[in-house]
Formats: sequence, C-alpha cells, structure tokens
Amino acid sequence: MVDPESGLSLTIARIVQRLQGSSLHSQLERQARVSLHKPEIKLESLKEDIKDFLKTSGWEKKLQNAVYSELNVFPSPCHPAAPPEHMKEPLAYMRKAQGSWEKRILKSLNSMCTELSIPLAQKRPISEQKELLNKWNEMGTDEPDLSLFRPVYAPKDFLEVLMNLRNPNYENGEQPSFRNHLGLIQVPLKVKDIPELKEDFSELGLNIGQLGIDDSAQVPPEFFENEHVRVGQKVLAEQDSAAAQQYVRQGCPTALRADLWALILNISNQPEDILYYEQLKSNVIQHDLLVDSLIYKDVKLTASNDDYYFVFEDYLYQVLLCFSRDTSVLEHFTYSSATPPKSYIRGKLGIEECAVFYPPNVAPLCFLYHEPSRLYQIFREMYVRFFFRLHSISSHPSGIVSLCLLFETLLQTHLPQLFYHLREIGAQPLRISFKWMVRAFSGYLATDQLLLLWDRILGYNSLEILAVLAAAVFAFRAVNLMEVTSLAAAEAVLADLSTLKVMPLLQIFLFATVT
Amino acid sequence: MYTYKSWFEAIKCLCSTLCSGNITIQKMAGKVKWVTDIEKSVLINNFEKRGWIQVAENEDWNFYWMSVQTIRNVFSVETGYRLSDDQIVNHFPNHYELTRKDLMVKNIKRYRKELEKEGSPLAEKDENGKYIYLDFVPVTFMLPADYNLFVEEFRKNPSSTWIMKPCGKAQGKGIFLINKLSQIKKWSRDSKTSSFVSQSSKEAYVISLYINNPLLIGGKKFDLRLYVLVSTYRPLRCYMYKLGFCRFCTVKYTPSTSELDNMFVHLTNVAIQKHGDDYNHIHGGKWTVSNLRLYLESTRGKEVTNKLFDEIHWIIVQSLKAVAPVMNNDKHCFECYGYDIIIDDKLKPWLIEVNASPSLTSSTANDRILKYNLINDTLNIAVPNGEIPDCKWNKSPPKEVLGNYEVLYDEEMAQSDGHDRDMRSRSGQSTGIKGNRARDSGKPVLTTWK
Repeated sequence: MVDPESGLSLTIARIVQRLQGSSLHSQLERQARVSLHKPEIKLESLKEDIKDFLKTSGWEKKLQNAVYSELNVFPSPCHPAAPPEHMKEPLAYMRKAQGSWEKRILKSLNSMCTELSIPLAQKRPISEQKELLNKWNEMGTDEPDLSLFRPVYAPKDFLEVLMNLRNPNYENGEQPSFRNHLGLIQVPLKVKDIPELKEDFSELGLNIGQLGIDDSAQVPPEFFENEHVRVGQKVLAEQDSAAAQQYVRQGCPTALRADLWALILNISNQPEDILYYEQLKSNVIQHDLLVDSLIYKDVKLTASNDDYYFVFEDYLYQVLLCFSRDTSVLEHFTYSSATPPKSYIRGKLGIEECAVFYPPNVAPLCFLYHEPSRLYQIFREMYVRFFFRLHSISSHPSGIVSLCLLFETLLQTHLPQLFYHLREIGAQPLRISFKWMVRAFSGYLATDQLLLLWDRILGYNSLEILAVLAAAVFAFRAVNLMEVTSLAAAEAVLADLSTLKVMPLLQIFLFATVT
Repeated sequence: MYTYKSWFEAIKCLCSTLCSGNITIQKMAGKVKWVTDIEKSVLINNFEKRGWIQVAENEDWNFYWMSVQTIRNVFSVETGYRLSDDQIVNHFPNHYELTRKDLMVKNIKRYRKELEKEGSPLAEKDENGKYIYLDFVPVTFMLPADYNLFVEEFRKNPSSTWIMKPCGKAQGKGIFLINKLSQIKKWSRDSKTSSFVSQSSKEAYVISLYINNPLLIGGKKFDLRLYVLVSTYRPLRCYMYKLGFCRFCTVKYTPSTSELDNMFVHLTNVAIQKHGDDYNHIHGGKWTVSNLRLYLESTRGKEVTNKLFDEIHWIIVQSLKAVAPVMNNDKHCFECYGYDIIIDDKLKPWLIEVNASPSLTSSTANDRILKYNLINDTLNIAVPNGEIPDCKWNKSPPKEVLGNYEVLYDEEMAQSDGHDRDMRSRSGQSTGIKGNRARDSGKPVLTTWK
C-alpha cells in the first residue's frame, strides 16, 4: 500500500505529465500571454494576477474539469515498484486469460483472411476511394456481399471463456454447498452486496427525486422536475464537470442531456478535434480493413433492423469505421487488461496498431448528437471510460467478470428460490442476462429508458448498475419465471424488455425489497 | 344486475333512462349487427371480440364500416336511404370537403378570408402578407382552373420545385415533381380550350409548392401520420390518437434536381417505399411519435419541441374548424382521419393532406398492433359500451374509455369555461414526460380557442 502522502504526489505528477503538451496546456499558455496586455495584470504581482484572471475567465474551471477527468479515468497509482502490467491488471491469471482470448480472436481473424483470400489491411485503389467519399453519408444503402464473413465471436463464446476462468491459488473444494457459488462464474472476486450498493447508489433512494420516476405525467412538475431542470441549467452555466457528474445521478432532463454528458466526459468542440475526425475519415477512405466488413455486417444485422436506431444506420458506419483506426484509443490500453494485437498491421500503413473489439454501442448516442465529429468524440470517450470493460477480462469492479459475478450473487442471495429453480431446469440466469450486460442494455430497452440508465453509469462512474438492473429485471418477472420449465421458456419470458421502466425497477430492488 | 318486479317495470325503467340520455344500463335488446366492405383483420377481429354479429348490407345493421365509395352511395340522391336511429357509419356524407386535396385547400382559404373579414386576430398577417397563425398549407393551386394564377406565382420564384398531385387518388399514385413550366404544358392547353367544360374530377390536379427543406433525421426525409377522430362537427369534438408515427424514406434526401424523379427520395408513402431496395420489413421505416419527441428534445431542446407539437395540434383543429360550416353534421356519423404532416427544417409543421380512409393494412407486427388498438379505441368512443347505438346520444364519452385517444378540442367545453381552461392536449404524455409548456401570453391564440 502506498502511503497517502507519496500517493498524492505520484498522482499529481502523473496528471501533470499527462496534461503537459495537451491542447489545454497550450491554450492556457496562450491565454496567460494574452492577459499580459490587460491593465489589471501588474508586474509586481504577476503570478497572482494571472491566476485570478484565469479563474474569472473560466479557464481554471476547464483545468479543474480536465484534472477531474483524469482522476476518473485512471486508477490510483500502485506501488512505484510495480511493473506496468500490474497497473493494467493486478491478477496474473486474469492477464493470462485475456492474453489467450486475444490470441484466439487474432487466429480467427487470420484464418478468415486466408479462407477468403482477403488481406487484413490494404490500400484502396483511387477509384474506390472516390466512390467511398461520395457515398460517405449513405453507406447504409450499399449491399456488398457479406455472406462469407462471420462475426469474430458471439457473446456466448465470450461467456464460455469467462465461465472457465479459475484462480489457480484458490481451492474451491469438491463439495458444493449452499455457501458455494452456484452460478457460472467461479472466480472469487469481491463484489458488493445490497447494503453496500444502497450506500453507493444512495441518490437512487426512495425519498430522493428521480427522472424516470418523479417526472411522470401524474406528478406535478413543481414537486421535483422544475427545480431539477433549473439546477441542471445552472450546472451547465458553471461548466463544472464534477458537479455535472453528481447531478446526473438523478437523471438528465432530455434537453440538457447532450451537453451534460459532454461536460462530464470533458469533450470540448475544438477545431483540432474536428480535424482529428476528418483525418480518421481520410484514413478510412484510403485503407480498407478486414474489420470494416465485420463492422458493416454487424450493423446491418443489428441497428438496421432496430425500431429505434434504423434511422441512424449511416452514422453508425461512419463512427465505427473511424473508430477502428483511431490510435488514440490505444492509450486506454495502459489501464485495460487488453493488449492490442500488434502483429499484423505495424508499419504497413503507417498506423501502428489496430485494435480488435466487439462492435460497441453507438446507436443510442445518435439520439443526442447529430454532428458527426461530436458524436464520434462522445462515443470514443464513453468507450475508453466504460464500455471497453465489457469486452475484456479483468478483475476491475466494472469489468464484465465482476458484473457477472455481482449479478449472480445478488440473484442467489435475494431470490434463492428463483435462482435454484432456473438452475435446475438448465436455465442459468447469467446465460440470459449476459447479452444485456455486454451491450449495456442497448437494443433491449426503449431508448428513453436506456438513456436514463446511462445517465447513472456516467454519474456513478461505474457499470455496476448494469448488474443491479439485470437482477432487478429477474426479480420483476420472478412469478412468471418460477413457472417455466426450460431455458427456451425462460428466454421467452425475458425476451421483450422494451416496456420496462428502469428507475422504478432499480429503486424497488435496492430500496424496497425485503431481504 | 337489475331485477324488476315485472316486465312492465323493466320497460318503464328502460324508457325513462333512454329519454334521459343515459344508456349505460344493460340493454336487453341484443347484440350489435355489423357490416363492412373492407376485409381487414384489424377491423373484423375488433367486431368479433365485442361479440357483435356480422350481417349483410341489405339486412338490418347497426354498424357499417364502409369504404368511401359506399358512403357515396348511402348518401347519394339516387341510391341513398335514410339511416335509422340505431345505425352508425364511419364517414361523414361530405367528408371530401376535408379529404380531397383541392377542396381542403379551398375551404381553408375561405375560412381564412372569413376570419380576415371579421377582423379576427387569428387572421393577422405579417409584413410580407403571410398569415401568422394560419399559414400551414403550402401555396396551392387547382389545375387546370388556376393555371394562370399558378404561372404568375411560379415566375416569382423560377427555381422553385412544385409537386403535382391528382385530386382523387391516394397512396402516392400519380404524383410527380416539376421545376419547369414545360413539364405541365398539358394543363395549360386544357385551361385555354374552354373554361366552361367541367373537368372530370379524375383529371383535376393540385399543384403545391414543394417543401424542399424538410427536417431530416439521419439524413432522411420523413412525414408524420396522425390519427384524429371526429365525433361531431357542430359543436366540434375531436380526439387525437397519441400513438402516431413517422414514415421515413429509405433513401437519403437530396434536393438535387437530378433526383426529382426518384420517388424513393421524396415520397414517404409506405405503398411506395416498400418497393425500394432497402425497405425493411421489421420496422417498416416507421418511428413512433414519442421517439421523434425524444430526439427533438435531446437535440433541439424542450421549448421548441413543445412549440412544434402545439402547432401541430393547432393546425389540425384549424383545418377541422375550416370545414365545419360546410360539413353535413349527420348524427349517424363519426370519422377517423389520417393526417399527413411534414415538418420543415425550421421546425414548422405543414399540413399536406387528410385521408378519410387511412390504410388499415399492416406492414409490420408493431403496425398491426397499433392499428388494432386504434380501431378498438375508436369503436369504444363511437359505439359506447359496445351496445346498439342510439345516434341521439350526446356523444360525450367518459374519460375512461378514451384509451390512447386524448381530447384535442371540445368546442362545447371551450365555450362553457373561460379561456383559462386549456383544452389542448399534449402528446408529451405518451412518453410519460410532461410537456412543461409555459402559458405564452405573447400569442393571442389562447383567447381564440373558444
């Protein structure tokens, strides 16, 4: 354990190092230089005066937001002697498992390449480049032959891998007892129980106003909604990231959500960001990657058939194709257990690495942002902060392994009869809820409900709420589930979540269920 | 259950309640007999679930869901017949005053001029001579009758695009876009040949200024289909179905003149879009109105979204008020209209047309459920309690039976209460999010809802 004093200075040093050379740094310098011309800046008290100036002009707030953002994203430093892998993932067996999983994906990709005689990456001929540029805004109408492309993996393949995780230092004992975990995940990670969750998610309590509950048509807006909106506008006016994060725990008013999320994720719309996006776009135009076809196929199968998201199909291609070429995403690999497959593209295109990932969730964001570069930034930030944890093996409390374990533990502890019954009929609950959690419920809930859920992910800077919601859904449908006699029937009971209201479910499960 | 000492008692009781207009007692008379000439399952299933009995047209019927051809016969001078008190039909005799493109425009123009003559604040115009509150129909002319007037207007803006629509057709049939006078030479010839020859209604067209700046979502054009039920025109009582939907084109929108002929870009009718290469049978290119609302609130803000929906309600009510004076307010009739509305990129809604016989065909599973519920709620309002109707009833259903309808405008109630009572409903309720619409006293509109 690092002692607090040196831990703090380590953190400060790290943040300073990260912010140095960033565009915020150069903007601050520029502002400071410009302020020299102002009359209120005096030579005698230069340092103080500049500091005051930065404060009143809002630049100190921007710096605060940037620091807050760094604190949120990066884990606290561990012992200075710890190797970098330790920071990515402290448990060796997890690192090993993630490594094998990546090798497996890579092998699958490589064999697909050989089978189809398509290179992993190649430069596009000029005519094709022109064509793509022309139809950049309507790739949805293209109909390339994708029948030979298989998705690299399906959620259930990933679940199989997670199920087989074992801690080599932990002796489970041969006898299954009621104290043993009866679920699919068999690693002894620490997960929270309901009293701890209640504390963590205290703002979701019964006597605190929530959007998603206290803004329904029957409740007069004077009770909660009006005041909440007013506070939200104030938070936006102050441009305070930390305040915004606290605020959204009670939900975002729809009109303020786009700006609040941008504030929390510390996304500004600087010209260099737009340039960056354009550069990525030109990378897409110039080079054709195998993963492009996989992305294309996945979007075609999912979003274009979705009642809510089909409208945004074209945006999804743009964002995902750019994302697959974005090397800045690779920064997050320093704190993710994953390592990008380096072997195949290095040097070939001038792009060092290309990450392989399960196409994550862009579509709901299209409801909030319709300007492509902004949409892209928000999506990228949400991915590197949260969603990547759903696709890699780690011991992080928001990682998919912990979420699965949390879900199963909650269910086993609080609905033991249901859990046991489902297990007996061969319908392990995780087999059904895994796909919800791995996609953060996108594509399963109605959009307005999904956005309310994601408000809380941002507000609490954690994905644990996904596991809690999954358990709450089972609790809600418990009566019907007790009557089913097969996995298929259980799936059917839980097939349609589009009418669910997430906040009441969460509130009841956490705060109003007799344990 | 009521028990009576004798049959005599029962009949006395029945008579007295009938006379007082209260028909909620179980009638002992029998089941509703229905007829329809539209073979659609969403209709028939609804009749059957009420235990109604199917009969033939020439028998004694209580409820006839008829096509527009049939209503013409029923009320025509030669073949028509009187309906008795226990018979209800689903169209007003001269619904075409609203549902024919040319007559709708004619009636609205007449209504506006009348208001102007009265000096009503509703008919206020801005500095360009455009109506501030009543400019909700794109500039339209009848062809060939108004050909010369049209040419005058066209020459003011020679780069504009216009849309030609045959008056009597539906489902996008016969519609085309023009941007050159030469493309409609035929109508100029016809107008010159003789001005007294009455054109058969089949050849009559309307030409309207094409809205070439529609609001796009995901780069695609869409329109709104809203269902409005009218139970009586005088006093006007109408209901809006909360579950309307948006119909998207499958192809990206472009105002480019090279694509004027591509109907997949411009016409949102499902009948057209479903033949496109990209038509998807799962969602049918449809979005719910609540999705639209969520998207607009998230990207444009709550005030402008509320304003948009208020304006949509406004133009629907104004269109009904415009035709109310000329409508045959036959007490045997009710009607469920399909309103088509387009929103432009300045978030202004435009009334495109009103359909008397909105399609009851279902293009997707969700669609079928929606239309089934639409008919169900319509029948609950039009035929109270599912019992043999009495057209003398006061057409005031209790709130509980409205289902997914909400009161759009109730003239009687608006007149009896002061103008503090706001009868406009908000579709915001369908998402469970309250529309926090401020009472904007800036607009004199509130006072004119009476």
